[in-house]
Amino acid sequence: MAKVELFVNGRAVTGEAEDRTLLVHFLRENLGLTGTHVGCDTSQCGACVVHVDGRAVKSCTMLAAQASGSTVMTIEGLSANGELHPLQVAFRENHALQCGFCTPGMIMSSADMIRRHPNGLDEATVRAELEGNICRCTGYHNIVKAVLDASDKMSKAAVKAA
Amino acid sequence: MGVEGIGARVLRKEDKRFITGKGRYTDDMVVPGMKHAAFVRSPHAHAKVTSIDAEAAKKMPGVIGVLTGKELKADGIGNLICGWMVHSKDGSPMKMGAWSPLATDAVRYVGDAVVIVVADTKGQARDAAEAVEVTYEELPVVVNAVAAMKQGAPQLHPEASGNLIFDWDLGDEKATSDAFAKAAHVTKLDIVNNRLVPNAMEPRATLGVYDAAEDHFTCWTTSQNPHVARLVMSAFYNVAPENKLRVIAPDVGGGFGSKIFIYPEEVICLWASKKTGVPVKWAADRSESFLADAHGRDHATHAEIAFDKDNRIVGLKVQTVANFGAYMSLFSSSVPTYLYATLLSGQYDIPAIHANVKAVYTNTAPVDAYRGAGRPEASFVVERIMETAARELKVSPAELRRKNFIRSFPHQTPVIMTYDAGDFDATLDAATKAADYAGFEKRRDEAAKRGKLRGIGMSCYIEACGIAPSAAVGSLGAGVGLWESAEVRVNAVGTIEILTGSHSHGQGHETTFAQLAAERFGVPIDSVSIVHGDTDKVQMGMGTYGSRSGAVGMSAIVKALDKVEAKAKKIAAHLLEADEADIEIKNGDVKVAGTDKSLPWFQVALAAYTAHNLPSGMEPGLKEGAFYDPSNFTFPGGCHICEVEIDPDTGTTEIVQFVAADDFGKIINPMIVEGQVHGGLAQGIGQALLEGTHYDDSGQLLTASYMDYTMPRAQNLPSFNVMTTETVCPSNPLGIKGCGEAGAIGSPPAVINAITDAIHNNDLTMPATPQIVWAAIQAVK
Repeated sequence: MAKVELFVNGRAVTGEAEDRTLLVHFLRENLGLTGTHVGCDTSQCGACVVHVDGRAVKSCTMLAAQASGSTVMTIEGLSANGELHPLQVAFRENHALQCGFCTPGMIMSSADMIRRHPNGLDEATVRAELEGNICRCTGYHNIVKAVLDASDKMSKAAVKAA
Repeated sequence: MGVEGIGARVLRKEDKRFITGKGRYTDDMVVPGMKHAAFVRSPHAHAKVTSIDAEAAKKMPGVIGVLTGKELKADGIGNLICGWMVHSKDGSPMKMGAWSPLATDAVRYVGDAVVIVVADTKGQARDAAEAVEVTYEELPVVVNAVAAMKQGAPQLHPEASGNLIFDWDLGDEKATSDAFAKAAHVTKLDIVNNRLVPNAMEPRATLGVYDAAEDHFTCWTTSQNPHVARLVMSAFYNVAPENKLRVIAPDVGGGFGSKIFIYPEEVICLWASKKTGVPVKWAADRSESFLADAHGRDHATHAEIAFDKDNRIVGLKVQTVANFGAYMSLFSSSVPTYLYATLLSGQYDIPAIHANVKAVYTNTAPVDAYRGAGRPEASFVVERIMETAARELKVSPAELRRKNFIRSFPHQTPVIMTYDAGDFDATLDAATKAADYAGFEKRRDEAAKRGKLRGIGMSCYIEACGIAPSAAVGSLGAGVGLWESAEVRVNAVGTIEILTGSHSHGQGHETTFAQLAAERFGVPIDSVSIVHGDTDKVQMGMGTYGSRSGAVGMSAIVKALDKVEAKAKKIAAHLLEADEADIEIKNGDVKVAGTDKSLPWFQVALAAYTAHNLPSGMEPGLKEGAFYDPSNFTFPGGCHICEVEIDPDTGTTEIVQFVAADDFGKIINPMIVEGQVHGGLAQGIGQALLEGTHYDDSGQLLTASYMDYTMPRAQNLPSFNVMTTETVCPSNPLGIKGCGEAGAIGSPPAVINAITDAIHNNDLTMPATPQIVWAAIQAVK
């Protein structure tokens, strides 16, 4: 067993986990954060993407023990003070989700994508960057629109703030 | 239409929970004392099970139970069945082999469940499952359906000699032969419709809870139709009587058909919960999903179409071999028969059609409905052979289709269906205009200068939705009726609950269904809640598949709304001292037409529940139920055009434009309809370009993970150009046809027609991977 200490969605948490426990299972089973999903067993689908120390990580590729000491943000922690993140708004407004299962991972990946492209995104880049996230419902059409929409609004907001 | 009524692009009510991580899927459920299951599955495609030694596994840490098929059988749990009886052309019933939820004496595909292990944690259950010693005596294997019919092929089930489940005919064989004898031109085509794995992103899961005090079972499960699950598990699998079995399907993460069926795991986990005395949860790995979810398609077809000298179709002959896998899944028999051959007339006036379908067992995963279920296979045959014929006849593919369109409705086809409405010219015109079909040759020449092969292909598909008139499907062998139920409950404060037997797995029912009440009473959709997915809350229902939630599910809601409206008007007329006929409900007010007399909606609702002043003899309350049984299928149709560019050096195909013009009848929420089309197109394009399911000769599934099975990713797909035309469906009150499957039905033939046009080789199998396309280019060099 390993002792796991994390700072998750703004809260310090500690727990015990088997050495083999993956971060995703620790989040889901020990912390009850079931917004992070498991859609495959080969680190392909991206339904489990969370942010570890500010970067998008497939939480099925990391042991919980390995993550100990890190700051983790899951989909549950993305909206601040009851206000939805611009990506969450854009996913709804652009009908970028249907069954919702891939959505948390899509949003967490996209948030990281936007962070890495502060000057904006184009369709080809968004499609290429979504390589690690699979959606079976939407055909990606509206997901791409939503990411571009959020990226646009966030870069405009950043310009305004500056 | 109000801002939230019929036709409005209303944002989805359900989104909030999904975008904040508050969706609740089966694997998110936790109940006190819950333990975890793992299955021991057969590593062999065909073998006798000679012994099972569970002693070591039972001693492993955390293990609570290790249970086998023999114990399951001893407790009287029944075999899994196919619920649609199809008769062979000789009149004999289909030959259904026994399918025990846990294998007892034999296994017939890799992934066949043999033992369930229940332990404290999922990890412990898996460790113990690996310690179970099953001894197998391997048997010869057959994975290809055509090979399985040959003399000397390995036999799967004693019930089905030659592995033949049925040999079924539809249409007039003699009339069709006569038509061919007089034909001026005959086009022939051999095609394979590739096997697909549905791959809903949420893997299947189930949580079985037995309450010994009440002798009652609760089953949380990933189901498109929880009531059908309860009915089947109760009536056929002997799990428990219906009043002792509650089935709950919470949020369901996609289905595409694969979550219609009642699988072994649900039955076993319920039984195991009783046997071990603890709640038992199982959630599939993706690899388990690949191995043990029902697959789709897998047809091999020879088709011939005959034309007269004016290029009018005079006849169509189709012979199909359908691979059913190792067992008959719940609705498997209906897919390559009544959902396939009945659509072979396409959008065309064809006087004579004859189809023969042979259904065959093989040592592969069971095959059943997957998005479109039979209709994509039919469209692929019809639209590939039409395009091929146009090339042979040296006429425009668009004009050959146009020449043969059905234009008068109702139209009785020679293969059962009566098309009730459509305008195939309208969708063809819309699509060809949007795609600039006429200007294509210029684009082809321009691409050639860049060294690229450019091609264009279309498909003019029709499908049957709104499944289905109960008496009609009953006469064709269905074991169930295919109506839908609804209940509309107006609360005393005027808010509304709509209970429905449909169940969303991504389609946005919580929004679309609420729009019906918003339209009817002018109330905001936030005051309308949809209740679904729980057999304790909704009395009965037939679930969501075959694009039936709109045409059938919503029609039931409309019927219930009619009754509620009628009663509300009676109450209002009484309170306002007016004639009932003069009462109208608008914008949340109940008014006497032409006067300023009105009551807010909630006051009418409140009056129904205070019952202080109701019309004489009226019962209190404002709640009505309805069952709706459709009078016909509905017939969405459309025209899809795909344009591709191929790199001849690598065989890589790029879709440079995809246009879909569809006629779905009346549309409640265009935003949701467009989303359904996008998703369907992605799955159809996935089938055409990427998704291949491969078993090796020993029956091992080579494509059992996302490392091997190519799911469409964002980069593989273009943005789509989708549009709709409208002919109102006359057979349901909303005029709806349905939109869930169209994308997956129309797109594969359009893509393959485009590629074959580009490379000038019509002999191309799906998925048209770069390797296959490159080889096809070389073959005609």
